Amino acid sequence: MSPLVANLRVIAALGARSVRQTFRRPQLVAPILIFPTLLLAIQTGGAGRAIDLPGFPEVDGFLDFMLAGSIIQSTLLAGNSGGIALAVDIEMGFTDRLLAAPISRFAIVLGRLAGTAALGALAAVWFIAIGMIFGATIHEGVLGAVWMVAFGALSAVAFGGIGAAVALRTGKASVVQGLFPLVFVILFLSSAFFPANLILEPAGSVAEYNPLSFIVEGIRDPVISTLSGETFWKAVGAIALVGGISIGLSALALRHRLRTGG
Amino acid sequence: MEARSATPGLAPIDARANVATIRALVRRAANELLRVPGAAIPGVLAPTIFFLGLTAVFGNLALLPGFTTESYQSFVIPISLMQGAGFTGAATGVNLARDIEQGWFDRLLVSPAPRPVLLAGMVLSASARALVPATVVLVVGFAIGVHWPGVPGLLLALALAMGMGTLAALWGVTLALRYKTQSAAPLMQAGAFTAILMTTAYAPLDLMVGWLQEVARYNPVTQVVEAARQGFVEGGITWSDTWPGVLTLAGLIALMAFFALRQMAKTNE
Repeated sequence: MSPLVANLRVIAALGARSVRQTFRRPQLVAPILIFPTLLLAIQTGGAGRAIDLPGFPEVDGFLDFMLAGSIIQSTLLAGNSGGIALAVDIEMGFTDRLLAAPISRFAIVLGRLAGTAALGALAAVWFIAIGMIFGATIHEGVLGAVWMVAFGALSAVAFGGIGAAVALRTGKASVVQGLFPLVFVILFLSSAFFPANLILEPAGSVAEYNPLSFIVEGIRDPVISTLSGETFWKAVGAIALVGGISIGLSALALRHRLRTGG
Repeated sequence: MEARSATPGLAPIDARANVATIRALVRRAANELLRVPGAAIPGVLAPTIFFLGLTAVFGNLALLPGFTTESYQSFVIPISLMQGAGFTGAATGVNLARDIEQGWFDRLLVSPAPRPVLLAGMVLSASARALVPATVVLVVGFAIGVHWPGVPGLLLALALAMGMGTLAALWGVTLALRYKTQSAAPLMQAGAFTAILMTTAYAPLDLMVGWLQEVARYNPVTQVVEAARQGFVEGGITWSDTWPGVLTLAGLIALMAFFALRQMAKTNE
């Protein structure tokens, strides 16, 4: 077996383990699916009249606008949950056993991120289904839905890298869990829940340049209008930026762990 | 005055011993707060972040015709007070689940303290702890321009937040005794989260849309939120806007206490 195939098998096995692990622990599933779904329902009903505000983009309903925000919230939390699970593996010695195995060390991290990507894709499918059931329309049709799922998976990897980096650097689940409130800070400072031009200052200006806003707009675009090249490339660029930094930090944290042993 | 013994055939325990037990349990919870302050940070941070975030993101909703105030932060702050209390109450359930997992609660159960006294110790500590996130949220709120509700309005809001902390703690304790694992934590948090946000959290009832408007109309917690809100959005409190919230909260606490006590009685039967 070639080394590449062997590594891909390791990544697939660890990714599948990561997904199974998530669904066996209610503490990990709840933030990814249950809380964002509740928040979607509450915000759609509670702030639904926001579409009457001058300056709000043309949408069929507030649910159409909110779907992208819920997907990105879910992928951010999937990344955080993945980091917590990795830290638990480190605390329990499972990662040490993997490090001693004859496999690529980075495949261990990529395996975890593959699981996070699968959860991101699943979250996107979940919210698209909820949207369809409750009357949302995806203007770009099936292609748009596929697009949303792909962006969901890729952004989960990008954000999962941050959780993985913190887990590898600290080895403590409680520290990664401490990132949870930060997820909401980043979300509120983006256009995830509201158009950036209608967010109060100074948060509105931050939202305009927050990379997360570009990713959200990339996921939202196929729902509320037609795919535009500019929005697409901005989203791809933002995912590449966040992913590059986070995976780079994960590599550094892994190297530090191997050098110092903790 | 004498309380009944927890176990038939044993000598009755006097009220002073019960009060001492409650004080010890409240003191233990306070010690956790003082000696492990990091554990309290998420419960304080979450409602504060939500308050600032909701104000910034949805602040322009106050421009909608028919909105009951021009200050969205004043409209939202009671929700953040209740959320803080809800998280604190849920944390009581999680802490009890941890005590059950580690065997500490078993030792409490074999003590001569009656089970209602053990329950009272746990929920009273949650009630007092609800003041911690409430204080932080209020300080941040006044700093960014929340309307001063007057002393009676402030005291009413704090009292209702303490009541909500008690209610959420009773819910958390019931679930902890039922499932005996910290894995039930999301259920404890989701209960408080849902009950508080499925009210007039984001907008007045007339401006809500769809099924949530009907849910909020009949959700009893809406009465509690509206009672806590009146000082912040109207500048004064009235008895007619206060008693429905107080009565509803008292009823909910009595109902949840019944379930918690029933679960207590079933524990280790």
